[in-house]
Amino acid sequence: MDFAPSSSNAALLGDGPAGAPAYLPPTDPVLMKLMVTGPFGVGKTTLVRTLSEIPTLHTEETMTAASVPVDDISRTPGKTATTVAVDFGRLTLADGDFVLYLFGTPGQRRFLPLWEDLARGALGALVLVDTRRLADAFDAMDLIEEAGLPYAVAVNRFPDTPPIALDAVRAALDLDPATPLLELDARAREGCVDALIALAEHVLDRLPQESTP
Amino acid sequence: MTTPPRRRLVPAYLATHGRTTAAGAGTLDRLSVLHAAADLPAGLGGEHRQLWELVRPGALTLAEAAAHLRLPVSATVFIAADLAERGALSVRAPIPSAQPVNRDLAERLLSGLRALK
Repeated sequence: MDFAPSSSNAALLGDGPAGAPAYLPPTDPVLMKLMVTGPFGVGKTTLVRTLSEIPTLHTEETMTAASVPVDDISRTPGKTATTVAVDFGRLTLADGDFVLYLFGTPGQRRFLPLWEDLARGALGALVLVDTRRLADAFDAMDLIEEAGLPYAVAVNRFPDTPPIALDAVRAALDLDPATPLLELDARAREGCVDALIALAEHVLDRLPQESTP
Repeated sequence: MTTPPRRRLVPAYLATHGRTTAAGAGTLDRLSVLHAAADLPAGLGGEHRQLWELVRPGALTLAEAAAHLRLPVSATVFIAADLAERGALSVRAPIPSAQPVNRDLAERLLSGLRALK
């Protein structure tokens, strides 16, 4: 679930109760954050669920009316804020030295204030696209570029997706030649891991070489 | 007659006692690591107690605590800041030495991801 216009917690917790807390390993791990974004219904929640070692969690994030001109709040007079549900999951790496958090966030321009807040400190972003509606990905790419985050793009292959060459996707999205582009099935772990690896390689490429003393 | 959506019994502004600022809140973010550090000070109940009890057996990030307590992140920040100020909660930054993301960290992340395959 991407978007919960109601503040009902029952609706927010679409997967049912969050269950017993999965505590962090007692190794004082380094925590890192990657964003997973893209248009509604593109498979962000699915990808986070596929990769996460804990049942995905949801937080309730509030945006003021000023930032949500598109939402119809006329039926709830006096309502000045809308609530957005953010899904996230986590992945422990390197025997507990690292814990990677994946935040699935809506990629629409109107979520800019929330996006900036969520993305603070993130290492990079994975943009999911659906080849049947490629143009819907532009908002998400704009948000990421404004936040200055390195990103990779992954085509989520749906059962009824017509075959399309990645070169054609790269051209249609006007991607930088250095931006990783790959294809995956958000339900299948291996392709999702490959996408994170491609993103991490790209993050590393973009970091300045340490000057040798 | 329709039933309106059920809300949490205590709204967020009451959970924070109506305050919009809290000492130390500025240093807390979604990935701050929270762990109960001492006994719960007398006089703190409700959602302060719930958060403190949640992170007594082990550490969780602020975002995870908010999700388990079904509280907005913004309210959880205030409650955590309150508890930390009273010494009841230890808070550490996501990257222990507070260093910026550098090649060493990115390389360790990459090798950790490759090891998943």
